[in-house]
Amino acid sequence: MTSSPLTRTPEGAARNAVEVRMEGLSRHYGAVVALDRLDLTLQPGELVALLGPSGCGKTTTLRLLAGLEDADTGHITVGGKDITRLSAAKRDMGMVFQAYSLFPHMTVRQNVAFGLRLRRVGAAQRDKRALEMLDLVGLSTQADRYPHQISGGQQQRVALARALAIEPQVLLLDEPLSALDAKVRAQLRDEIRRIQLEVGITTLFVTHDQEEALAIADRVGVMREGRIEQLAPPTEVYSRPATSFVAEFVGLSNRLTGEVRGGEVTVRGRTLPLVESNVPDGQVVALVRPEAVTLASHTAPEPGPLVGTVIAVTFLGATSRVTVDLGDITILAQLSTSDAAALPAGSRVALTIRPDPVLVSADAASAGPAAEEEA
Amino acid sequence: MAVATTTETGARPSWSGRRPSIPAWTGTVPFLAYVVVFLLWPTGIVVVDSLKHPNGNWALSNITELGNPLVRGYFIGSFKLCLLSSALGAVLGAILAYAVASGNPDGVVRRLYLASSGVLAQFGGVTLAFAFLVLIGPVGLLFHASWYFEFPWGIGLIYTYFEIPLMVLVFLPAIDGLKVQWREASENLGASAWQYWRYVGAPLLAPAFLGGALLLFANALSAFATIQAWENQIAYTVPQQISTALSSEVGLSNVNVADLLALGMVIMVAIVMTGYALLQRRAARWLR
Amino acid sequence: MAAVTALGETPAAESASHPRGMQSRRRRRLNLFRYVVFTVFGLFFVLPLLAMARFSLEGAKLGTWSLTAWRQIASYQGTGIPPLLSAIEITLELAVITCVVTLALLVPTMIWIRLRVQWLARTMEFLCLLPLTIPAIVLVVGLGRIYNRIQHYSLSALMLFWVYVILALPYAYRALAAGLSAIDVTTLSEAARSLGASWFTVIVRVIAPNMRQAILNALLLTFALVLGEFTIAYLLLYTNLQVELYSISRNTPNAGVLFSTSFAALLFAFALLLILSYAGRRRRGRG
Repeated sequence: MTSSPLTRTPEGAARNAVEVRMEGLSRHYGAVVALDRLDLTLQPGELVALLGPSGCGKTTTLRLLAGLEDADTGHITVGGKDITRLSAAKRDMGMVFQAYSLFPHMTVRQNVAFGLRLRRVGAAQRDKRALEMLDLVGLSTQADRYPHQISGGQQQRVALARALAIEPQVLLLDEPLSALDAKVRAQLRDEIRRIQLEVGITTLFVTHDQEEALAIADRVGVMREGRIEQLAPPTEVYSRPATSFVAEFVGLSNRLTGEVRGGEVTVRGRTLPLVESNVPDGQVVALVRPEAVTLASHTAPEPGPLVGTVIAVTFLGATSRVTVDLGDITILAQLSTSDAAALPAGSRVALTIRPDPVLVSADAASAGPAAEEEA
Repeated sequence: MAVATTTETGARPSWSGRRPSIPAWTGTVPFLAYVVVFLLWPTGIVVVDSLKHPNGNWALSNITELGNPLVRGYFIGSFKLCLLSSALGAVLGAILAYAVASGNPDGVVRRLYLASSGVLAQFGGVTLAFAFLVLIGPVGLLFHASWYFEFPWGIGLIYTYFEIPLMVLVFLPAIDGLKVQWREASENLGASAWQYWRYVGAPLLAPAFLGGALLLFANALSAFATIQAWENQIAYTVPQQISTALSSEVGLSNVNVADLLALGMVIMVAIVMTGYALLQRRAARWLR
Repeated sequence: MAAVTALGETPAAESASHPRGMQSRRRRRLNLFRYVVFTVFGLFFVLPLLAMARFSLEGAKLGTWSLTAWRQIASYQGTGIPPLLSAIEITLELAVITCVVTLALLVPTMIWIRLRVQWLARTMEFLCLLPLTIPAIVLVVGLGRIYNRIQHYSLSALMLFWVYVILALPYAYRALAAGLSAIDVTTLSEAARSLGASWFTVIVRVIAPNMRQAILNALLLTFALVLGEFTIAYLLLYTNLQVELYSISRNTPNAGVLFSTSFAALLFAFALLLILSYAGRRRRGRG
């Protein structure tokens, strides 16, 4: 195994990174369909995050790619080679598990060097490389500790170092941050992204936390019931969701009844542009983001479609979420905390809706309170 | 027993105010007292009496009696038998435990084997000796094993019969403790099945395995009923010799022989069990 | 990386409908191993038992069948030894008493230690492990002195239960400890106490029901232990089931009743374990 420099130039990254192509993957467990003819291609050096509720098939996809499970149908091609029939041990991928994957009877150093030992790399060379990787993740001082002596966040860093030590073609991360504290999670998330960019390796990242997915991915794949509903860069998934499931899973949405006419929708007296231009005229449910709703204090008592009373203010730190009762429905608005401070519960407010393009869906039956994100 | 007088939501429950404080450990007194009276005291008597002359004076030189060739012969006999059966029992038991552990955790097979192990581990003794007698003894239904009455082969086989279930009971939790992530991680890093077992599986299971083997050894050492029912006339092992010494006592003349042998047994088993406890601690740290 | 070879399989297209990859192949190999192991061990364990059963049904002439041995269980009386039936009765009573005392001693103590006196946990574990270390035979040597002084000949064999509880400690402790560690004792007890429960209620009505499977396991192990115990009863000159069987075997080595009784005892233990394993199973809902 040739030793390559750790820090690669962008061209170097593009040269060495591989494309991962999954076509027509299906997997079922008895009667349950976990994956339904899934197609997914990862560009060389890109980080794709698979996001979705539990049971949507994101972990199954990852495990199929890793070779830990067999696909019923379909092909997987890495760097041009068909690896569908290859055993997991021969696939040359590095994987970071959610928890517990470090070997407890080996030190950190030995854990990281394990893959190299299997490849019969000499002891001195192994050690050097292991320390390099530990340096990369910032843990070279812990090299001779045992897994039970370091924290959860540190363990995951070691797991990352171990996965990268063998210079795999693909990096797989199975909800690596889910078992960690919130603060550690945010730090480590950025670390992982930094390292991934530095090494330039094609990466698949599975998570149920949308904040994680949006923060670090080049593209996000929102999955549901074995299919990808939308695969697009984070900003697009957020502001131009392809389906109502995506709109409701990623971020919050207010569901408001409205009427489409001539390529625009009218919601509570305001006319808003549409995400898709060719929606037929008729009654629809429009999905409006809370941050698109602005509030102003309104002391005059005349009612209107966009006049209401503040019911509750939820403090979230830098921003606050304000629940407003409009008489027939409640609506959520997201404001900066300083703005929300001026509107305590009970105040009368007037709403405006920013003219961002909105997604509409035809099921007029379920208008009402704002949809919550999936737990 | 105190009853909390107020409903305290969220606060730690506490004794009601006016009670004089009785330390909590007194609740364990019944258990401790029982163990002292029926376990520690008899053992103490044995240890003390073995170091005394029949007339009651101290005779620490009694310990040298343990070096007596006749006594040594009994210990060696016990040793041979226990080594054979515990080695066999450990290896076979480990294989069986692995087979049970790798199946459905809630399935019928596992429950059946676990429960049977619990029963079979106890059912050594007289019953088992009969069963094997009928199976491979002189009028054996299966065949007549000419080595059946040879020491330690026939009796070794019988010992193995109840050692295997004991090993399954003791070793199964360790196998359960092997996390699936370790297997998957090593696979992902390129290990074949053999490499996984060599570098990860076996080292992790080693303490538990050795611990189990030691336990089996101690268990075999203490066994009396089985070998007594297998062959009554000849005493091969220490427990049998103790029994002979006890039953042939007229007055107090042989009392101290029995005590001495008992002391020797306690020492041997204590060494073995200490090793077992240490190994269990190591295994527990990794596999819990 | 080596190019993918089919490893003797037909082309990929044909395998479209069934997973034929490495994982399923490995699982199949594992299952084969398991079936072989279970068969071999199953045979090893079952054969002696079958031999016993067969012998117990042996008639007067070789090769004939007869239920005499089984009928004799109720009526057998060897010369100079108590009737078989009374030995069976005594043993069963002993088993029940031992079970009750063992549980009454262990369950509250273990829960109490877990809740309030955690520093004694190690000590308790050690004490409960000790009977494995101290061979029964050693106990007998020590106990013999004590029993001698109490003129035990006149006491019923039921007095053996004092020692049997000690013998049962390691097994019962293990079973109960496994059950205890699976539930959150502290939270349950704090919740109960904050609702006004006494410690007695906490132990008996809150925690113990959650350990049902473990308690049943402990019961089973204790029961089996008493049914199979020989050494102490024999050396202290009591007559329990195993001692009785042994005495019969010394007088009449091929008495069919030996095998029928032994087999019956085994059957009983197995029936008990089956019932207990089903009784302990929690009702599982869907999904």
